[in-house]
Amino acid sequence: MVGLEHYLLLSAVLFSIGLYGVLAKRNAIAILLCIEIMLNAVNIALVGFSRYITPTELTGQVFALFIIVVAAAETAIGLAIIITIYRSRGSIDATKIDLMKW
Amino acid sequence: MALSIGFWILAIIAVGAALTVVLLKDIFRAALCMVLTLVAVAGIYVTLSADFLAGVQVIVYVGAISILLIIGIMLTREVQQGNPTNKFRIPAFLVALVFFGVMCFVFLGTPWQQSGATPVTPTTGALADKLFGEDGFMLTVEIAGVLLLAAVIGAIAMAREK
Repeated sequence: MVGLEHYLLLSAVLFSIGLYGVLAKRNAIAILLCIEIMLNAVNIALVGFSRYITPTELTGQVFALFIIVVAAAETAIGLAIIITIYRSRGSIDATKIDLMKW
Repeated sequence: MALSIGFWILAIIAVGAALTVVLLKDIFRAALCMVLTLVAVAGIYVTLSADFLAGVQVIVYVGAISILLIIGIMLTREVQQGNPTNKFRIPAFLVALVFFGVMCFVFLGTPWQQSGATPVTPTTGALADKLFGEDGFMLTVEIAGVLLLAAVIGAIAMAREK
């Protein structure tokens, strides 16, 4: 029987994969893809808690809805930034975007 | 029982597709695999009896965000250079592994106070009550609307040709 722990572990696995991708990727869009995976992992944990700990209240699902809203805004802004960087520098290699690095 | 089988199939699809996203050389195919992960997560919501959230996931993530990301990949000609990793590949793997270990320790060690009540189905009406009803999340909904408006205006202002 599948319980709360299964969903939490699935969420942890997906979050770790996303974390590895965010830290190790060079392409800025690949980093955005991995951030989306991390946000989805958090949503699975929230909905899992909502289902198994407070099944009659839907607060966890409301949280997940707001995370989806913020993720949409974040993707739009992130892509706008990436396209602006690509236009001015000709590359979106995250290791070469080091103008503010001392 | 059917719920368990569905969970295991969807979990394997989600984790496999997420691994493909980080391991594949081709960034475009990596984006398509991320879409597969998002669809599998929508299925996971169905097994958690969150039907409205599954619909929102399909519409917003699979329908909108993934298209936006694929357009971004096509607008920036990084497709030829593939999906390389930087020099922190092994430290990043170790960090992810340590994080996963800590999460497992916490998740399996905590005595969760689970409730045996049957979940609300369908959730659409109950969620609407929660969002727009008395002492709900009305202010947060309005703030989310302002956030989306600001994000759209900011994205247009940044990405516009000068």
